[in-house]
Amino acid sequence: MARTLTITNKLPDFSLTPRIDQVGAEERAARFTTRSIKKESKLNGLKLVLNMIDLTTLEGKDTTGKVKQLCYKALHLHDAVPGLPTVAAICVYPSMVKVARKALGDSGVKVASVATAFPSGQAPRDVKIRDTKYAVEQGADEVDMVISRGKFHEGEYNFVFDEIAAVKQACGNARLKVILETGELGTFDKIRRASDIAMYAGADFIKTSTGKIQPAATMPVTLVMLEAIRDFYYNTGKMVGMKPAGGISKSKLALHYLVMLKEVLGEAWMNNEWFRFGASSLANDVLMQIVKEQTGIYQSANYFSVD
Amino acid sequence: MATTRTKKKSPPRSNTIKLKFDTSWSYAPAPESRSAANIANRYDLFINGSWQKPASGKYFDSINPATEEKISEVALADQADVDKAVRAARNAYEKTWSKMHPRERAKYIFRIARMIQEKARELAVIESLDGGKPIRESRDFDIPVAANHFFYYAGWADKLEYAFPNRNTSSLGVAGQIIPWNFPLLMAAWKIAPALATGNTVVLKPAETTPLTALKLAEIIQESGLPEGVVNIITGAGDTGAMLVNHRDINKIAFTGSTEVGKIIQKSVAGTDKKLTLELGGKAANIIFEDAPIDQAVEGVINGIYFNQGHVCCAGSRLYVQESVAKQVIRKLRDRIETLIVGDPLDKNTDIGAINSRQQLQTINKYIQIGKKEGAEMYESSCPLPSKGFWCRPTLFTNVAQSNRIAQEEIFGPVLSILTFRTDDEVIEKANNSPYGLSAGVWTDKGSKIFNLTRRLRAGVIWANTFNKFDPSSPFGGYKESGYGREGGLHGLLPYLNLSTK
Repeated sequence: MARTLTITNKLPDFSLTPRIDQVGAEERAARFTTRSIKKESKLNGLKLVLNMIDLTTLEGKDTTGKVKQLCYKALHLHDAVPGLPTVAAICVYPSMVKVARKALGDSGVKVASVATAFPSGQAPRDVKIRDTKYAVEQGADEVDMVISRGKFHEGEYNFVFDEIAAVKQACGNARLKVILETGELGTFDKIRRASDIAMYAGADFIKTSTGKIQPAATMPVTLVMLEAIRDFYYNTGKMVGMKPAGGISKSKLALHYLVMLKEVLGEAWMNNEWFRFGASSLANDVLMQIVKEQTGIYQSANYFSVD
Repeated sequence: MATTRTKKKSPPRSNTIKLKFDTSWSYAPAPESRSAANIANRYDLFINGSWQKPASGKYFDSINPATEEKISEVALADQADVDKAVRAARNAYEKTWSKMHPRERAKYIFRIARMIQEKARELAVIESLDGGKPIRESRDFDIPVAANHFFYYAGWADKLEYAFPNRNTSSLGVAGQIIPWNFPLLMAAWKIAPALATGNTVVLKPAETTPLTALKLAEIIQESGLPEGVVNIITGAGDTGAMLVNHRDINKIAFTGSTEVGKIIQKSVAGTDKKLTLELGGKAANIIFEDAPIDQAVEGVINGIYFNQGHVCCAGSRLYVQESVAKQVIRKLRDRIETLIVGDPLDKNTDIGAINSRQQLQTINKYIQIGKKEGAEMYESSCPLPSKGFWCRPTLFTNVAQSNRIAQEEIFGPVLSILTFRTDDEVIEKANNSPYGLSAGVWTDKGSKIFNLTRRLRAGVIWANTFNKFDPSSPFGGYKESGYGREGGLHGLLPYLNLSTK
């Protein structure tokens, strides 16, 4: 927390964060979807999308075998097409971090772990800290935490802020993604407020959703968060990453997100250090589109490995 | 290609922080196909249901402002042609249209609406070719809203007794209608649809730089089977318009265009029994309060001034920002301007197309020079411009004073003047301090403030937390030198009717 204070010198009053007009935000988000992405810009965009994916498995029934297979997929998305990038990271529960770490080796693909009593976040702080530390000790490069939505709704912004700052400290060198679970926050005003709290408390990334709650990521919600990142950058000079997660399973939608990123934050964010898609089924749809762009023919889903 | 995390650099100073929108990932050209557009090499005058050669035998070129290439040539109507068109309209009025059951009239109007929808793609392409506006706007705004106007007024045709209870309504006769070049088909729809619904016949003159969609509309009207002479479309420049205005057998003049021409028309109609509606210029105040949703307000300002290259009579060309948020708003506007794509109007990704004509570009450039001389600070997008055609980068001026000409006069281009204010009373006074009064915008999170302003701003249309929203059911028109009379909605029927007590 001390670190954050030195960057910003003063913290804003979070009850006064900028207000968001929902109708306007939705209208703006819809406009990005009218951009026409064709030919080489489509192919380049799709490759960029692949490289931004956090390939995710977050199930109670996750096993070593499943995670190993997913890690292999992360490194070999579709060997029939040469020159494809890898995904950005594998996202798993803390108990699977070690398996993923070993399987990915020094490939450069990161291991991201959810933590802090994911997905509900309903646990005492020391448990959340322990959860975080465990994930990092196991080899996680990135930690995806959830905020305490209950406390947030109670107006306990300092509690939420302090908790994020404490988890950030527990992360050490691991990068911290803060999941707002926007589907539980209710209004765009609150999504903006939670974004600001997370960033000022030290988040390296802000992330929409756990994937366990509907609605998960939407374009208007992501727009509001991108604009919060832009304002934070204006005010502090510090870049924060963005990760929409859940509900993005089609290439076309992913390209729309890329358009939005390009036109709101621009070049500096157009890489997987600053933007990620949290998704499990998106990769295969992107692969199918890439093959279609290259061969002119849609191939059956049977040609693409599910894991 | 794995993750590419670079070493952390120390954060830049806040005044040097800048976003870069020139990204390595860019959009490939996505031009709409021209093949959808069937444009004849030459268009005659549409009089009495058929195409007739101009008496003078003269034609003039309609060019594509994005390339300066000739698209087609259209007939130049002179007095003999105007006489013929008015005679055809009078004849149709007396013999068929005024006697037809309103329900039957509605069917024709409805049919025209449907046909505009069916030919929407072709009309959109022609609108963009002829006028320079981006296909995104002609496709998503101009053409659908034009069709909606016909649908809407088709509905009123047999319900006039409910529109004006306890009144007898009667049509006027022949309406002469003159429309501008900024929304060619849409303005034709705004004029023709209510005139037909109320039982009048029409002679319409589109602007000389953008006649093609009106002529396509003539084809549609011909194909719809509308009785001969009910709608006549004649082309020409200001002289032709003057002949129409001064014609003795016209009962009603409807004009949309510049305040200058509006005043001339008003003078020439004085002393006659012609009814007149004028929809003229504007210099709309768009007002951002410190409690506004800033990002959405910025987007609204962008849409308010850069929509249709700023060729919009209700464009939000004067931005008033409360001083406490001015720096923030200006920074965001400058960033947003950089992401506007200027270029080929037919490209689906184009945000800002070509300026409508060389003459208009000269006017805009003149005002940009005036703004600089007046000491305002100019900022324009860094986008490249095509070498041929008429182009203007999205431009904004900061540090503008109320006394500057760029804050007072209508520029009719993509040029925004930004002024600041401190209090509600101050901004209301400044916003009203204009000979115009067509539209205004208010951006605040406070409902009571919205109502305070809408009550006290002297403008025909006031948008709250949005801008440039149009619907056929909503009346549109001005105060002061922005004209009088309303178009759209129930109010839009009145200029075409005589009301008497039952």
